[in-house]
Amino acid sequence: MGRRHGRARRAAEAPAVALLALALSGCSVERPGSVLAPAGPAARMELDLLGLSLVVVGAISAAVLLVLLYIVVRFRARPGDASEGADNPGVTWLEVAWTAVPAGLLVLLAVPSLTDTFYLAKPVAGGMRVTVVGHQYWWEYRYDDLGLVTANELHVPAARPLDLRVTSADVMHEFWVPRLGGKVDAAPGRRNFLYLQSDGPGVFAGECTQLCGASHAHMLTTVYADTPSAFEAWRAELTKPFSPPPPGSAAARGMQIFAAKCASCHAIRGTAFKGATGPDLTALMLRKTIGAGTLELNRENLVRWVTDASVFKPGVLMPSGKGKLALTDAQIRDVVAFLETLR
Amino acid sequence: MRTAQAFWRWLRPWLTTVDHKRIGILYLVSAAFFFAVGGVEAFLIRLQLMHPGSRLIVGDTYNGVVTLHGFNMILFAIMPLFLGFVNYVVPLQIGARDLAFPFLNALSFWLFLAGAVVFNWSIVAGQYPNDGWFAYAPLTLPAYTPGLGPDFYALGGQISGVGTLITGVNFVVTILNGRAPGMTLRRMPLFTWAALITSTMIVFAFPPLAADLFLLTFDRFLDANFFNVSLGGNVLIWQHLFWIFGHPEVYILILPAFGIVSEVVATFSRKSLFGYDSMVLALAAIAFLSFVVWSHHMFTAGMGPVVNGVFSVTTMMIAIPTGIKIFNWLATMWGGRIRFTTAMLYAVGFIPIFVLGGVTGVMVAMAPADYQYNMTYFVVAHFHYTMVGGSLFALLSAYHYWFPKIWGRMLDERLGKLSFWLVFTGFNVTFFPQHFLGLFGMPRRVYTYPDDWGLTTLNLVSTAGVFVLTAGFLVLLGNTVAALVRGERAPADPWDARTLEWSLPTPVPEYGFARIPLVTSRDAFWAMKKKASERETGSAPAPEEIHLPPPSALPFLIALGAASASFGLIYGKPWLGAPGAALVAFGLYRGMFGRAPGVVVRPAEEVRA
Repeated sequence: MGRRHGRARRAAEAPAVALLALALSGCSVERPGSVLAPAGPAARMELDLLGLSLVVVGAISAAVLLVLLYIVVRFRARPGDASEGADNPGVTWLEVAWTAVPAGLLVLLAVPSLTDTFYLAKPVAGGMRVTVVGHQYWWEYRYDDLGLVTANELHVPAARPLDLRVTSADVMHEFWVPRLGGKVDAAPGRRNFLYLQSDGPGVFAGECTQLCGASHAHMLTTVYADTPSAFEAWRAELTKPFSPPPPGSAAARGMQIFAAKCASCHAIRGTAFKGATGPDLTALMLRKTIGAGTLELNRENLVRWVTDASVFKPGVLMPSGKGKLALTDAQIRDVVAFLETLR
Repeated sequence: MRTAQAFWRWLRPWLTTVDHKRIGILYLVSAAFFFAVGGVEAFLIRLQLMHPGSRLIVGDTYNGVVTLHGFNMILFAIMPLFLGFVNYVVPLQIGARDLAFPFLNALSFWLFLAGAVVFNWSIVAGQYPNDGWFAYAPLTLPAYTPGLGPDFYALGGQISGVGTLITGVNFVVTILNGRAPGMTLRRMPLFTWAALITSTMIVFAFPPLAADLFLLTFDRFLDANFFNVSLGGNVLIWQHLFWIFGHPEVYILILPAFGIVSEVVATFSRKSLFGYDSMVLALAAIAFLSFVVWSHHMFTAGMGPVVNGVFSVTTMMIAIPTGIKIFNWLATMWGGRIRFTTAMLYAVGFIPIFVLGGVTGVMVAMAPADYQYNMTYFVVAHFHYTMVGGSLFALLSAYHYWFPKIWGRMLDERLGKLSFWLVFTGFNVTFFPQHFLGLFGMPRRVYTYPDDWGLTTLNLVSTAGVFVLTAGFLVLLGNTVAALVRGERAPADPWDARTLEWSLPTPVPEYGFARIPLVTSRDAFWAMKKKASERETGSAPAPEEIHLPPPSALPFLIALGAASASFGLIYGKPWLGAPGAALVAFGLYRGMFGRAPGVVVRPAEEVRA
């Protein structure tokens, strides 16, 4: 499906987008979640619609406001004037016009809106299939073609169309990566299609937009659009055989504690740990954050996270290491030492 | 002891009244209370979001405050504020003595209040609903929200919904059957038309809500599993039923506003309304379309391009009748002698704000663009422009317009104008930046946001606006208190108005019209003033005696029973629930089959003369 009217439309909306850009460029903060800075075809298509509608509704609003302003100034009662206003007789042509002109403008908006609706509803050829599963409060990514599973940080080949199938393991969530395109619901019992695509390599912020419980605000995600070599390297890291820590080390002790306390929820590829309730921890140390964007990933934060995650993330389902799991500080450090070997 | 007796003598008529004017006042006062509750909740929300990483109210507490704010404002503040004005004004505008069913009218009010109390009791209980005002399943199921919160939501919503449904039936019957001679449908004031059409919408919109809340109640109390996917349930059923109610509901909140603005703009332009017929048709068209657009709340639910396309187009079509209304108001003012009273300021301020809320409505109607806006602050900004800038501004206009008739005192105009400019400025400073917060990626209902997303400044500005807005409401409150304590006594017709309620003396006698007026044209009172003779010869002779329906304690008792039954169910206390249910059954039986003699009133001499 070609973007036949794309060029004409972009010309029409150029002033609006320019105005918007001018209004916003004053503050030159980088905005990782801005729909006004699209980085892929789907997001750009949606921004085009925004621009087009802004031109139309902006013109209508400006006209109404100007007329209102004129009326308010011109027909203000002078002090002491007790006369009446003359009733306006109906003006047929005017009433027909203010019905027909908005209707015509709506057709102008409806046509591209409908074609885009249908375009965005089906996968683009050559797309990479990833199943996205929303959990309270993190994202699970299953690469159906590659046989990989990861969490919260999605690596994809840059510029390749994504054929996402979005669902949920518990309550309603909603998956959104603003700079790559619109969002879709993650609903239990349904698999909703979403097409996203990046123009080129980049890092794109995303989040859950459907109220899903106490830590709805802490359900962020990141999409890494990697160059072909970077994506291959990442894939190789995830698929390389598991190498257990040397016997007697802190990490080895940590692995035993992990097996007893953590493995019922967390999986690690190549081990006997197959828990499916919490995020898959294969190659954990390649990630930048823990807790779905809650904390930066480093040793200190891992310790704090395992000790009691609910300090940072209210309602988190992971039991407190210090409290419920009854781990000592030394044991927590051992577990973290084990986690640090996951790369 | 004596004070207790005096208090009871004062209280009793309010508890047992079936008079539409007293019930109107009861609606206004209770709704104002819940407006204050919802306002405090709004203030807390903005305080928490003032800076990233605040710890004032976090997690489920924040979610609870958001839920309480939305539900309170929509169902227990804005809608009953409209119902208060409709109750007080509509019978007077059509020359009726009271509603068709005064007993049911009292029952409607008390059920609304009982529902609102049950819902807000969750604050006292410390277990409030925290799943958002539209409470998407399955988050509301006990597995994900264990406490009692959704129970208060479901039962409080259910009870008040029954009250609202009854009031809808009551007004349809009253307006169709209770009009004075000569008050044909096409002579009815626009506010009465809006009330008729809104009431019709209530009759069709509230049953789906009742059904939806029953499904939730059964799921929570009886493990019915309507929304449990693992046992074959379906979570989209909740969303569809909710929005089949919910979208008409937001028009139930705006059509009376259209009616109010039509009255106020015509009165203070000293002209009749332009395009009466097209105004009525536009109201009817909006009401009809509001029932065929609900799925635009669900564009991202994965319903497919055909459904999204159809609902996108029907939604856009609403802009056409809405535009007609805006243009008709402008044409009404054109050539007028506009007096900028506070009421008129709010009505004129309504127009640009509602235009902005309307055009963002067209933007969110475009499904693919909505994939970006949906569930972000763009939508929050959009619906606050329609509900605060639209509905609430019209309500404030109505407040200043009808205050002299209802309370018999004049509000101070200078304080009124000060409060208008504070509210107008504060509103725009609060909500305009939220469009951009949404476009910059801020979702709804997050209690905090990352500090490196460029959301910090706009959130601070938005919160600053709330302080100005609050100042405006405090001035309004002070103005009200001052007017009630030592305000100038209001004449019967302070605005040189056009409709029949202003033909009555202030305060309005209990029986309303001593003689039922004979209506010969639109703007009936204006025509009477023009042709004073008509008033003498045109109406029926004043009766010696006027029969009024008897006061009754039953509506209050039925509502008390319903609240008690709900608390019994929620807390699992049969000793609380069973007597409540019995009281409801007894009250309904007595209300239907009991006999009570009416009250006879003799109109004041000078009115009969």
